[in-house]
Amino acid sequence: MFKTLLSAPISAKLGVIVIFGYVVVAVFAPALAPYKETAIVGASYELWSDEFLLGTDNIGRDMLTRLIYGARNTIGIAFVTVSLAFLVGGVMGMLAAILGGWYDMVISRVVDILMAIPSLVFALLLLTVFGTSIPSLVIIIALLDSTRVFRISRSAAMNVVVMEFVEAARLRGEGMAWVIRKEVLPNIMAPLLAEFGLRFCFVFLFIAALSFLGLGIQPPLADWGSMVRENATLINYNDITPLLPAVAIAGLTVAVNFVVDWMLHLSSGLRSDQQQM
Amino acid sequence: MPPLLKIVLQRLALGLLTLFAVSIIIAFVVELLPGDITQAILGQTATPETVAAFRKEIGLDRPAHVRYVEWLGGIFHGDLGQSLASKREISEFVGTRLSNTLFLGGLAAAIAVPLALLLGLLAALYRNSIYDRVVNLVTLTSISFPEFFVAYILILFLSVKAGIFPGISNVSTDLAFSEQLFRTLLPALTLTLVVLAHMLRMTRAAIINLLSSPYIEMARLKGTKPFRVIVHHALPNAWGPIVNVIALNLAYLVVGVVVVEVVFVYPGLGQLLVDSVSKRDLPVVQACAIIFAAVYILLNLLADIVSIVSNPRLLHPR
Repeated sequence: MFKTLLSAPISAKLGVIVIFGYVVVAVFAPALAPYKETAIVGASYELWSDEFLLGTDNIGRDMLTRLIYGARNTIGIAFVTVSLAFLVGGVMGMLAAILGGWYDMVISRVVDILMAIPSLVFALLLLTVFGTSIPSLVIIIALLDSTRVFRISRSAAMNVVVMEFVEAARLRGEGMAWVIRKEVLPNIMAPLLAEFGLRFCFVFLFIAALSFLGLGIQPPLADWGSMVRENATLINYNDITPLLPAVAIAGLTVAVNFVVDWMLHLSSGLRSDQQQM
Repeated sequence: MPPLLKIVLQRLALGLLTLFAVSIIIAFVVELLPGDITQAILGQTATPETVAAFRKEIGLDRPAHVRYVEWLGGIFHGDLGQSLASKREISEFVGTRLSNTLFLGGLAAAIAVPLALLLGLLAALYRNSIYDRVVNLVTLTSISFPEFFVAYILILFLSVKAGIFPGISNVSTDLAFSEQLFRTLLPALTLTLVVLAHMLRMTRAAIINLLSSPYIEMARLKGTKPFRVIVHHALPNAWGPIVNVIALNLAYLVVGVVVVEVVFVYPGLGQLLVDSVSKRDLPVVQACAIIFAAVYILLNLLADIVSIVSNPRLLHPR
């Protein structure tokens, strides 16, 4: 795998390094942050100084600490959400491809209808009803995104399910779970991984947007989206501090997009190789 | 019946069916609540009397299907119900909000679409040149930015530093049209930047895809100028996927408009939706949701129809 990494274009290599940096910050947040996440340590909106490297926010918490803990919260929640979406959507998609017939038709219609509502609007609707706690946020976004994952996984699995080796496996008497795990899944990994990256970006931006609107991750938890909103008034004073969490968001999504771009390039190359066989 | 009309009617019927199913989902989302929405909304003041009064007010004492039919019937008459928070008829204020949002979206589309087509065309013309690589990088970067980031950057540079545009878009109908246009420009610019990248990439990709076809090679061998090759020979066949992406991005504008409206405090449907969600004003949220869903479905329908119409093989299937 390292060989493929070394042959990647500069943008992809940069992307991998950036992503790695973000993950390190998220995992080692308590060790890296100078203060506690919710501790009020100074006056509001202090300037950048030696004591507060990036100043303080609107109620006097250290900005750098909030940024570091925001990495942990936002990235962590986005990752859990996308993983859940992939679990649900991926498995359903593969089942739909394998079982076919009635099951496939019904599920596809249901998914089409769910996808007919714009996701932000649907999420807002569901959040009105279920409230904005973290579990409900994760479950709602995961369910909404699992529809997109279902589409991708189903179309990729459809291509594999008609192959002879799957037919041979079923004739041998292998069970459904075995066929999914050993025959279908390894062959659709490449597009699914690329989709994981894209979905992660989307969910990440989505959670940031919801938090920005005040309906996502609630205070006092540090989160980049709500940090932008809380400190927005500073823009009027020509200070770029409120843009820092937004830059953090943009940085991660750009990095992931670059890496996914490269991965798609790779996987489409692989697919054309397989066809030549 | 001409095939075009048949296809349009078929798709329209499918769209209406989907809208109907969506309306059921929106109406019944309340039923999914574990426990009771009245408990959740009233919170501390939930004594048995207030709970009963509240349920009567939002009609929870009547069976679900009756409520749904009443709601649906009301919509056809233009009656969207009453806001829980302000007790006003929803249809009163939703109309102006909707037209504001459509104005914003329309302005953004009017700027973004021609620009995307032109730049995408140029990128395809000068593919793999510095211009193309720069455009590729910039678009990939800009589709990764959250909308509020773009919005605040624009506010920082165009409003605070340069002082040209107002940071808050207080549009109302009694303003002159040029003044409305001026105040809406900054949010429209934000939306433009968000969708420009997608459409540009797709235009470029669609045209480049066609450039390897034999008839293009023939045109080049004939000595046709490169610009004419692209505009006269490649572009007509690229319309299908291009317009498809344009329509899909217009549908995306419907969603992106929500965040932009909140940043610029623009009095549109998105701002209304977000405010109502914070106040848990369910009838307004449902009304906004169904309007957004209808516009979204309509635009997706348009994308579908255009992509069929632009491909004669799909238009006249054997």
